[in-house]
Amino acid sequence: MSLIGRSVKRLEDRPLLSGSGRFAADVTVPDMLYMRVVRSPIAFGRLSGLRIAEALAHPGTIAVWTAEDVADIPPIGFRLTPVPGLEPYRQPVLANGHVRYVGEPIAAVFAADPYMAEDIADLVAPAIEPLEPCLDPAASPREFAPGRSTEAAVITKAYGDLDTAFTGAHAVVALELIIGRHSGVPLETRGAIAVPEAATGILRLYGAAKVPHYNRQALAAMLGLPLDRVHLHEGHVGGGFGIRGELYPEDVLTCAAALRLGRPVKWIEDRYEHLVAANQSRGSVHRVRAAVDEHGFILGLDDEFWFDQGGYLRTHGVTVTDLTCAMLPGPYTIPAYRSVGHVRLTNKTPCGTYRAPGRFEASFVRERLVDVIAHRLGLDPVVVRRRNFIAKTAMPFRREFSALGTDIVYDTGDYAGLLDKFLDRVGWVTLRADVARRRQAGEMVGLGLGFFVEKSGLGPFDDVRITLGNDGTIEVITGAASIGQGVETVLAQICADGLGTGLDRIRVIHGQTDRIARGMGAFASRVTVMTGAAVTIAAAKLRGELLRVAGQLLQTAPDRLAVIANRVVVSDAPSGPSLDLGAIARGAGGDLTADATFTTDRMTYPYGVHLAQVRVQRDSCAITVERFFVGYDVGRAVNPMLVEGQIVGGAAQGIGAALLEEFVYDASGQPQSVTLADYLMPTIAEIPAIEVSLFEDAPTPLNPLGVKGAGEAGIAAAGAAIATAVDDAVGRPGAVRQLPITPNRLHALLAELPAAER
Amino acid sequence: MSERQDVTFTVNGDKHAIRIEPRRSLADALREDCGLTGTHLGCEHGVCGACTVLVDDQPVRSCLMFAVQAEGARVRTVEGLAAGDKLHPLQQAFWDHHGLQCGFCTPGFLMLAVGILERDPDIAEPELREALSSNLCRCTGYQNILKSVLAAATEMRK
Repeated sequence: MSLIGRSVKRLEDRPLLSGSGRFAADVTVPDMLYMRVVRSPIAFGRLSGLRIAEALAHPGTIAVWTAEDVADIPPIGFRLTPVPGLEPYRQPVLANGHVRYVGEPIAAVFAADPYMAEDIADLVAPAIEPLEPCLDPAASPREFAPGRSTEAAVITKAYGDLDTAFTGAHAVVALELIIGRHSGVPLETRGAIAVPEAATGILRLYGAAKVPHYNRQALAAMLGLPLDRVHLHEGHVGGGFGIRGELYPEDVLTCAAALRLGRPVKWIEDRYEHLVAANQSRGSVHRVRAAVDEHGFILGLDDEFWFDQGGYLRTHGVTVTDLTCAMLPGPYTIPAYRSVGHVRLTNKTPCGTYRAPGRFEASFVRERLVDVIAHRLGLDPVVVRRRNFIAKTAMPFRREFSALGTDIVYDTGDYAGLLDKFLDRVGWVTLRADVARRRQAGEMVGLGLGFFVEKSGLGPFDDVRITLGNDGTIEVITGAASIGQGVETVLAQICADGLGTGLDRIRVIHGQTDRIARGMGAFASRVTVMTGAAVTIAAAKLRGELLRVAGQLLQTAPDRLAVIANRVVVSDAPSGPSLDLGAIARGAGGDLTADATFTTDRMTYPYGVHLAQVRVQRDSCAITVERFFVGYDVGRAVNPMLVEGQIVGGAAQGIGAALLEEFVYDASGQPQSVTLADYLMPTIAEIPAIEVSLFEDAPTPLNPLGVKGAGEAGIAAAGAAIATAVDDAVGRPGAVRQLPITPNRLHALLAELPAAER
Repeated sequence: MSERQDVTFTVNGDKHAIRIEPRRSLADALREDCGLTGTHLGCEHGVCGACTVLVDDQPVRSCLMFAVQAEGARVRTVEGLAAGDKLHPLQQAFWDHHGLQCGFCTPGFLMLAVGILERDPDIAEPELREALSSNLCRCTGYQNILKSVLAAATEMRK
């Protein structure tokens, strides 16, 4: 029986359940030093000096570094979406000349005890001459550095004749929308343990995540080391969500210190640091308008937005802005389109990607707009969506621009079909009637829909090596990474399915640069698609080889052999002679190995819909999400339990993003959300049962399994659906213009309503 | 820095006599001085609950308690839950019901749930939800955690 499609229990759970996981802080090696980073207390200013004499005089001090000590290390480069002209905006590993956000590293101290390292860091006194911070991304650009504007880039994606669309429109609907700054905030903070191996000359970095192979290359280049002298090792990772595992200043400092001080160096971020130093995301202001005909068909869509990038451009380059432009049209035809995204430097923590980058934002903007169009024209929002959907028969559907360096071609999809099935499954008619009845009785309750198109499976390649050892174990060596999503289980399922063996023999290796030369890691919902496809190919090859060798040993034609319960048997005589897998490897002279590479220049485009039901408390303006539904077509689910787990977890983050989570800065650029009591993540009390309907109606032809990614489906349109549900609850379509919808903001919205409607 | 002090407590039944600074948190003492890294630190300011352990059977944020305050106490951590190869019913239920993804918050949730179910084996779902809202999870969206604890409660009542 095929293992693909079965909700098997995870292979990775046992150590995690018994306290024997190995997260970054758990890594300890002898003779270790601890690094503590001194950070800017000022949002923007001229760093005129650092007084380090007291710190140097502390008896526990091993070293104190300032920018001068790392002057030979270049700023951190771009992993994704570089566009010309971004280099001046890269972040140095220690601030040099100016500080550009509260939390920016300005010095690093090293001591043999972590408490002592903090004591010493407190003795470092920076001299900073404050300057007027730039906090509003949509304000006029200013000077970032001599001759450099705070507008680092402008991304434009457009097609069709927008002028004609607007001239001939039945109506034009315009909105200004604001999306708050929030981010992944994984439960494990970042960490890095750099170990210089005297015997081999190799520098090993533990605590790696997400993209170990890329970071290995970047670190080797920055530190002037040959590639074969640097290895990265991923242990357990306490959540990724896009932000963990990118290359940050602290990773570089830790490695440089290990090399220069000749001792292992450990750095573990504390939560305050995380909330001011790790990538933030999302913050943007959109001015959008749509030209529509009298049936609600969108003739043209024109969006201009300003992305609040923070103090520097980090490894993601302009990815978030690029994806926002590319994914805004979503599931709708939209014959004429223009999106202009301004990447604006501000004096806040720098930004990168967070789960569903560009799609959370774009879905909020687009689906808000569709609901307002429906209201303006007196049409049912479901009907307006149906009228604008790209037809199933139009697939594959090409947008006339690219994203992440790939052409956007929606591979497969039946958007109207999914919406129909989903509304049927959730009992839309009954839900609406219930809400109407409760509203009649005086409650403020409402429903909101958000449709979205996702993207997944970014290439260009993934390599896999599967080895059958002479003890019968099967090792699947990948260049993927695991950030807690169940990579080992899913890849083992695919491998076992291909080989015909059980899961018990299979061990999946990921995130170890000394085990495989290349690897793309885990981002963009790519692992099951890309690494899964490579495993499929390698497993088929290995099975052929396995049966060929077994055929020789059993003196039987390979096509008469089968793999049953980890043994090769003769198909028509299963009780006759058979061979254990280990015996076959031994018969082949040791190990049996198959290598495979899967390449693609296209992404797959899964799609889905969110539906939120909310209740608003009139006096306190508290918003409760009563029910939350997700319908999603994943092409094919390798492990439905894990796919649902991804979606439910993403939806919880989406509810947080819509109602609770925001990095707030005061007028001087001081971050206000610096503890988990200020940056509010949902607890179980805020999260209802998330009701997931998985569909497999549109498998992709782009990979052998037909799978699409699932990592970002839960969050993509959560902001849109909840905003509409709140509109519906307060009886004002389009009322919500800003996320998160805090009680204060909702109170202000209700105050705008005529007294009779409150 | 300040004078180190002697502290003695038991962890999972084993006696630990350690010499530490008074400012050392119980979590750091467990992790660094007792070598039990199953207790995780997610915020070090008492919000996330990843560091929850049982001190004399009460769930406690070990990041907010000084190790010296545990003098003479009976501490239980995630490492003490399983009996050899046999997982505790809560561990088993988290596995069966996909109650974890990255696993970082899991030890804290397990210890919190052990504390809850030992005190009130028949706890009703609304009260259980309320009690579980002490801890944060960023991956699961909580519903499989709730499912796991309810399943374990049933198992533990048998």
